Amino acid sequence: MKEKLAGLAGLAVLAVLLEVAVRAGWVSHLVVAPPSALPAALVRLWQEGLVAGPVGITLAQAFTATLAATAIGIPWGYLLWKKPVLGEAYTPWIGAAFAAPTVLLFPLFLVLFGRGYATTIFVGFIAAVIPITLKTKEAFAAVPKVLLDVGRSFKLPESGLVRRVAFPAAVPGIFTGLRLGLIYALVNIIGMEFLIDFGGLGRIASEMYFRFEIPGMYVAIILIVLVSWTFLAVLSRLETWLRPR
Amino acid sequence: MAATQIRILTLVVILAIWEAVAWSGLLYQDVVPSLLKIAVAFFNLFLDKETYRHFAVSAWEIGAGLTIGYILGVLFGLVAGTRRFFGAAVAPYVDGIATAPKIVFLPIVMLLVGTGMNSKLALGALSAFFPVAINMAASVRQVPPIFVRVGRSFRLSRWQMATRIYLPALRPSLITSLRLGFGLAVVGVLLAEIKLSNAGLGFLANEHYSHYRVPDLYAVLVLVFLVAVGLNSLMGKFAERR
Repeated sequence: MKEKLAGLAGLAVLAVLLEVAVRAGWVSHLVVAPPSALPAALVRLWQEGLVAGPVGITLAQAFTATLAATAIGIPWGYLLWKKPVLGEAYTPWIGAAFAAPTVLLFPLFLVLFGRGYATTIFVGFIAAVIPITLKTKEAFAAVPKVLLDVGRSFKLPESGLVRRVAFPAAVPGIFTGLRLGLIYALVNIIGMEFLIDFGGLGRIASEMYFRFEIPGMYVAIILIVLVSWTFLAVLSRLETWLRPR
Repeated sequence: MAATQIRILTLVVILAIWEAVAWSGLLYQDVVPSLLKIAVAFFNLFLDKETYRHFAVSAWEIGAGLTIGYILGVLFGLVAGTRRFFGAAVAPYVDGIATAPKIVFLPIVMLLVGTGMNSKLALGALSAFFPVAINMAASVRQVPPIFVRVGRSFRLSRWQMATRIYLPALRPSLITSLRLGFGLAVVGVLLAEIKLSNAGLGFLANEHYSHYRVPDLYAVLVLVFLVAVGLNSLMGKFAERR
């Protein structure tokens, strides 16, 4: 609690310093928007319809991308666990793709899909499907053998073993993949929107810069940080809540 | 079937489908260019002197950006890891900014240092800083307390504590952090180049894209991926040897 207050106090001090620096003319108001100008800019953006709508558009894309990635990633991860030879063949590739700068491929997606939602959602999908697949495989692999043995001793058929034992035991691990997937999808989609001036929140940040509306630009960037952070916090909470104690 | 055979088979199937699509005429010309065209474009890349200039620009932006972001990240991580209160106070803000896509900070960076090479360098530094800082702070907290107590009982100064106790204990995570930082610096710099620049591999890719020279676009991206993945696995080998 004390730490939180100290953090907030630090933020307040920083805001005051920036305000003083801009007012005194040490820093141009064309470079740093004085913090006092931000509320008015937020209201103006809101009235122009550049807050709620874009946030909704960005979130809708992130959820669509994650949903598609879940539909592909969970069965794929399950298969990589179920058939060890497939796991051995493909897991290193997926691991490499996780570390590779896949987002840099976006000009190719632009060529393939055009400058539209198909591209932004596909970038989000790629970002999400990799961790979902990997974590699903890891989650199944981490199911204690004793649980499976209990199932077998009750003569559960193979399908029941997966449905009644392995899958429920793997759910928390799979959720880790979904959490990572959703965050990566969201972040990559926002970045993509910024890069191609299309879609929701990311586009607003780019638009404000090119309109040279400095306070509006800061508001858009702060909104992006807030949305990313809220996602991270909410999903982490959900995950601890889901984990068996 | 063994794993290696499955991999080879997969590659062959993917490449065959690729070629089939390229020759089928189902898509506009060059949306999926023939592998041969990409290979030729890749070869030509090395004949063009301009490529080396763009490569040098990107390498400088990534190298200098990574160096700055890495050093600042390590220092920040050391402070945030050893000073628990400070670490806990700044954690939500660091995590928040670390999660957000760094590329959206490009407008602020461009207002601060202009739209030239320095803005890409700065974005690379910003991209590298956060994973390094977070990883280092977490690793510092895991340094065995007994090491720290030994240092204290020898009355080491703060600088000696850092160089004699923490840094040796943190060697593996220093390398991990460098890899994380490098990966993100590459992305940060190249995306910034694609967005707004007049030099660098990102700029080159964007030029090919806007003139619809798709095979050349593929060639540039292949080069970027080869270099990035190659350097990354080199650092991985280096990390394993310790």
